[in-house]
Amino acid sequence: MLAIISNVLRASAQRNGAAVIMSARTYADFTTQATFEIKKCDVFKLDEGPATQVVLTRDEGLQYYRTMQTMRRMELKADQLYKQKIIRGFCHLYDGQEACAVGIEASINLSDHLITAYRAHGYTYTRGGTVKEIMAELTGRRGGIAKGKGGSMHMYCKHFYGGNGIVGVPLGAGVALACKYQGNNELCVCLYGDGAANQGQIFETYNMAALWKLPVIFICENNRYGMGTSVERAAASTDYFKRGEFIPGLRVDGMDVLCVREATRFAADHCRSGKGPILMELQTYRYHGHSMSDPGVSYRTREEIQEVRSKSDPISMLKDRMLSNNMASVEELKEIDVEVRKEIEDAAQFATTDPEPPLEELCNHIFCDMPSLEVRGTNPWAKLKSVS
Amino acid sequence: MAASLRCFLRSGKNTVSALQRRDFHRSAPAAVQMTVRDALNQAMDEELERDERVFLLGEEVAQYDGAYKVSRGLWKKYGDKRIIDTPISEMGFTGIAVGAAMAGLRPICEFMTFNFSMQAIDQIINSAAKTYYMSAGLQSVPIVFRGPNGASAGVAAQHSQCFAAWYGHCPGLKVVSPWNSEDAKGLLKSAIRDENPVVVLENELLYGVPFEMSEEAQSKDFTIPIGKAKIERQGNSITLVAHSRYVGHCLDAAAVLAKEGIECEVINLRTIRPMDVETIETSVMKTNHLVTVEGGWPQFGIGAEICARIMEGPAFNYLDSPVTRVTGVDIPMPYAKILEDHSLPQVKDIIFSVKKTLNI
Repeated sequence: MLAIISNVLRASAQRNGAAVIMSARTYADFTTQATFEIKKCDVFKLDEGPATQVVLTRDEGLQYYRTMQTMRRMELKADQLYKQKIIRGFCHLYDGQEACAVGIEASINLSDHLITAYRAHGYTYTRGGTVKEIMAELTGRRGGIAKGKGGSMHMYCKHFYGGNGIVGVPLGAGVALACKYQGNNELCVCLYGDGAANQGQIFETYNMAALWKLPVIFICENNRYGMGTSVERAAASTDYFKRGEFIPGLRVDGMDVLCVREATRFAADHCRSGKGPILMELQTYRYHGHSMSDPGVSYRTREEIQEVRSKSDPISMLKDRMLSNNMASVEELKEIDVEVRKEIEDAAQFATTDPEPPLEELCNHIFCDMPSLEVRGTNPWAKLKSVS
Repeated sequence: MAASLRCFLRSGKNTVSALQRRDFHRSAPAAVQMTVRDALNQAMDEELERDERVFLLGEEVAQYDGAYKVSRGLWKKYGDKRIIDTPISEMGFTGIAVGAAMAGLRPICEFMTFNFSMQAIDQIINSAAKTYYMSAGLQSVPIVFRGPNGASAGVAAQHSQCFAAWYGHCPGLKVVSPWNSEDAKGLLKSAIRDENPVVVLENELLYGVPFEMSEEAQSKDFTIPIGKAKIERQGNSITLVAHSRYVGHCLDAAAVLAKEGIECEVINLRTIRPMDVETIETSVMKTNHLVTVEGGWPQFGIGAEICARIMEGPAFNYLDSPVTRVTGVDIPMPYAKILEDHSLPQVKDIIFSVKKTLNI
């Protein structure tokens, strides 16, 4: 009897011991970091560009993977909820462009500043918003990052200025002016799309940013289409990285998180050394249409979308790199996928069950620092209250 | 001799102070005359000194001393960092100002005239006014937009529009319209200290006009609350409500009408948004008649809003006749002097309207 028990125990000990030894061997097997050759950036008014040989650590890789996967699944879930009519109004999805948001954030600090236009869910996440509060904002609930009052295009958090209907470029330069004024060595990343790149206010901003040497990184996320209009049909010059004329520029592969990271590092150094603004064009792609009301196939072919997905998907690219360099295992990445899926499910659950904002909130936040203010309702007897 | 002289002087001084203590010969507090331009200048100077986050930007505000010299001397005193000359790029520099406000500074954004603010109106409304609401209180925008508004002299249609109704329409904005120097200084200081976007509608024709500044108004901490109207002249016959330049016209009309026994109560709105309707209602409930006076066009204007608000409130039942609006003529501003003069309310128009309203 005792012999049987001891045999069982010894066997399990051996098994456990063996398992421990096997894991130890597996962890020791993983490469902690690897060097990668990345695409060279086209430069404009610069003597040199970002490095083409970059080091990626295992930890960084896992973090980028997790973040990009979270953003991807979050956007796909938003797609689902929109089709179920739980999200309404405008919904501009970011899937395909994850490498941009993640790469940029990897080379700046949370104490730096960032502003973008309406395709903002990804940046809200990288800037510190949680999936839960982003999704609840999309569904217009009180747990949303803007308490349900902003929606898809108007999300804010610390040092993140939205989410803007048209473009936030002059605002971003203003934030940079404040950084310079206050002497805090912070910078502002100021994003806009290939469509907005033709707006006059952007050229006014280029002029003032360069004139006053503001610490701003202008970034054009060129996803080839401004709503349904391809870049060739909208711009006399599609070299967006050159459009700053007197501002140095870089054209970057926006599907490669390492390219984006390296270019942003280069740009941030440029700004922080007091040289003034710099412009980056990220060549990227969106899988969805312009918004949820655009199927996205009337102005481009399904083949094109499929080609980008199979050849240049940012998440696949990172995954392949890590696996082929033994920086992670398939199981490990799958585990991350499972965790991400769960996080998204939980967030979606919250976003669909959290109640809508109370009607008492309707008129709040008109003015800052204002004790109770009366607001006219829809009829003269409806005297509503506003507090802030 | 010297001793007695000394005694006399000493007692003389004592006598004077004794007299003063007894209020025997009370002299007026030390008021001074100051132009609206200087009052605005003083307001900005004091606020720039008080808070290092305050700065001024706009076209010609620095080295030129201001297109209308409102910012005279400020660049010399505060330098390039705090007084910034911008290129001619309203949309761009207004957006920059709003962004700077979001990131912790307190900009004063000058428009050479509010006509040019139309280039930048998206930044004022969508980026400044609405942001506190859209962000559910996360992001405030403490910014002041100021400049001359409304008619000038001979500058024709594109440079003469009044924007009080346009900006007064939008929630999230505060809009003030000073008349005299005290208004100008007090309201501008309040605007700069306010955590919200405030539009300050000045008037170019008033810049050079001197007004009395009370001792209180000369203080570095003199502010006028935004959202409160002022009764400039008390009266029982009829209420006149105006803002900016036309407050003066109303007072002139009141002086003429007083000779005929008609006593006008003249209300200086001071703030367009949030409008102090209570002061108007209280007055109307006393006088039973109301005339509004503005330089802007009639349709959807300040007077139109006042009419609607009076109808919706307790004062309606006290009206003995419908409210009369005196407004600018509903045309783009012509150039020729005779035409321009007849495009805007004159004192005689106010007198005429008062009498019609009183059925005299």
